[in-house]
Amino acid sequence: MIVARQLSKTFRDRKRGAIEAVAGVSFCVQPGQIYGLLGANGAGKTTTLRLLATLLQPTGGTAEVAGFDVTREPAEVRARVGFLAASTALYGRLTARETLAYFGRLNGMSDADIAARTQALAHDLDMHAFLDRRCDKFSTGMKQKTSIARTLIHDPPVMIFDEPTLGLDVMAARTIVQFVRECRARGKTVIYSTHIMSEVEKLCDVIGIIHGGRLLAEGTLEALRASYREHDLEEIFVQAVGLPPAGVAGNP
Amino acid sequence: MNGRRILTIYAKELRDMLRDRRTLVSMIVIPTLLMPLIVGVVVFISVKVIRQARAEAPVVMVIGGDDSPGLRAALGAHGRLRVMPAAEDWRTRVAAKTVRAAVEIPSGFDGALARGEPATVKIHHYEGELRSGFAVAELQRFLGDYRERVVSARLAERGLPATFVKPFSVQTANVAPPEKVGGNVVGGIIPYMFLLLCFTGAMYPAMDLTAGEKERGTMETILCSPVSRLDLVLGKFLMVLTASLGTVVCSLLSMVGTVTLGGPLVLSMAGAARAGASAAALPTLDPLGLAAVLVLVLPMAVFFSALLLSIALFAKSFKEAQSYLSPLVIVIILPAVAGVLPGVELNAKLALVPILNVSLASKELVSGVWHWPHLALIFGSTSLYAAGALALAVRMFNREDVLFRT
Ligand SMILES: Nc1ncnc2c1ncn2[C@@H]1O[C@H](COP(=O)(O)OP(=O)(O)O)[C@@H](O)[C@H]1O
Ligand SMILES: [Mg+2]
Repeated sequence: MIVARQLSKTFRDRKRGAIEAVAGVSFCVQPGQIYGLLGANGAGKTTTLRLLATLLQPTGGTAEVAGFDVTREPAEVRARVGFLAASTALYGRLTARETLAYFGRLNGMSDADIAARTQALAHDLDMHAFLDRRCDKFSTGMKQKTSIARTLIHDPPVMIFDEPTLGLDVMAARTIVQFVRECRARGKTVIYSTHIMSEVEKLCDVIGIIHGGRLLAEGTLEALRASYREHDLEEIFVQAVGLPPAGVAGNP
Repeated sequence: MNGRRILTIYAKELRDMLRDRRTLVSMIVIPTLLMPLIVGVVVFISVKVIRQARAEAPVVMVIGGDDSPGLRAALGAHGRLRVMPAAEDWRTRVAAKTVRAAVEIPSGFDGALARGEPATVKIHHYEGELRSGFAVAELQRFLGDYRERVVSARLAERGLPATFVKPFSVQTANVAPPEKVGGNVVGGIIPYMFLLLCFTGAMYPAMDLTAGEKERGTMETILCSPVSRLDLVLGKFLMVLTASLGTVVCSLLSMVGTVTLGGPLVLSMAGAARAGASAAALPTLDPLGLAAVLVLVLPMAVFFSALLLSIALFAKSFKEAQSYLSPLVIVIILPAVAGVLPGVELNAKLALVPILNVSLASKELVSGVWHWPHLALIFGSTSLYAAGALALAVRMFNREDVLFRT
């Protein structure tokens, strides 16, 4: 379970001054649920998810992940989180098996557990053919599978995905979406950020629309449609963030 | 702090680095080849220069002296000079370096000598030209000997002893042990090389493990694992330290190898070039002193590794890290060079100046001088700086504006 309470992050930038990347965001994600964080570039998605993964410290508010506070027990939180982002790469000079063993050890697993878990993940993700090859020689699809296995090695109850399909082709993106669904099926708490409307529509149980660091609308797809009296998610998004309706923009 | 996790990180970084050809080159190949290469080049050049200089007896021209067959005959018989027949254009020939120098014998020189009258022999040379200088030196030596022979003959004629014109002689004697002689020349260079290698050995991994990871996107991957940032820095630091010390050890082994294998070779070649004196001239280093230098280099390596790690972490890319660290090589070289300069001696104040202190102490140690209070001061202060640098590295890894700089 993830509970964010008035979560805030202000960056101090020498050129831009104070940047309110996340400003008082509160939400709750239940186990077996996929929460979709929908927002444009610079909306504050990555910052929010990095706060949840304790990569960054909040400047205001707090969050509880799998029962642990992100500011007081960050290591406990990280031990229960699998974090996959477009910006989390693999060590090119390690093989897939070594990568899994490394992250398994860092998670305090025994060698026997690691071996068994590697075997199981390799079977689930069909990785046997390249398990002992170096990651820098991998195709995008192989890298992706290895990254997924890396986030799952310690079987975390919470999964955080930050635009995981960014820059992937259709097939590779489908693999990811399929995998996220499986996480939900296994009862994991999942939070998923994206700027792609269709992904949210297909995947997410609850949608949070974020803009300028603020959560502007939240609910199931049906609830959002009902309250905005609008079927198209893109229209809902545009209304929620307060942009002028399509077709009017640039037309004084 | 979790020892098992630190070891896990260290082991992974070590394996990762050993699979990287660039690390292997900077950590093993370069330091191993550097020493034999330097020695080889120095020996090759000096042997060649000596051989050539010996092969080429300077060509000189004798002008005048047709009425002085005595001096002319002696000059012609002198094996270390090649006397050319006089020519009108001797000045241009000296300038054109086909003739190294010209000796002008005044007319009636032999006669003047016989009568005991003063006479002047003139040497024309090309100022500043090395080989012309050799010719002048050889001519002066020859003429000096010739003069001594004349003096002896005159004394003998008058029945006077040689001490009549040379009432006493002056001798210099060396009290410094042979290590000291070597120490001042080589002693400054060897620890300086260790310092430099200990720095350059740490440089590449420090950049690769920080800015390189940021650039490749693996930094975020490792940061979202449960490992604490303290453990992460310490694991990475141990790796950089290993590379730094590995570089020093490789260069040391290569040096020992060069001396034991190449030493006799150098001696035989030098012996062929200049029999006898060479063996004594070759510097000997106190092995115990060399070991002590390595003990001093240890906290230095910790200092460099932690410092480089801290600075490189600030960079966003490998290139940026390079632009920060490359100028630092100069900062390392300056105090090390100051330590090699003659006249700069270790004192309590200089013992607190990082890098310079180790460089100065090394110079003393390899020449067999042990000044314990200074050594303790140096080891203590360097360890303190090392601890400070490590604390800085830990701080940097805990700063999210450094880790996630945009
Ligand atoms: N480390 C940082 N320092 C300063 N500003 C940052 C930093 N990270 C993000 N920002 C700023 O915070 C805002 C939100 O960024 P981000 O969370 O990356 O948005 P998104 O992931 O939705 O595109 C942007 O204006 C971005 O420029
Ligand atoms: Mg983002």
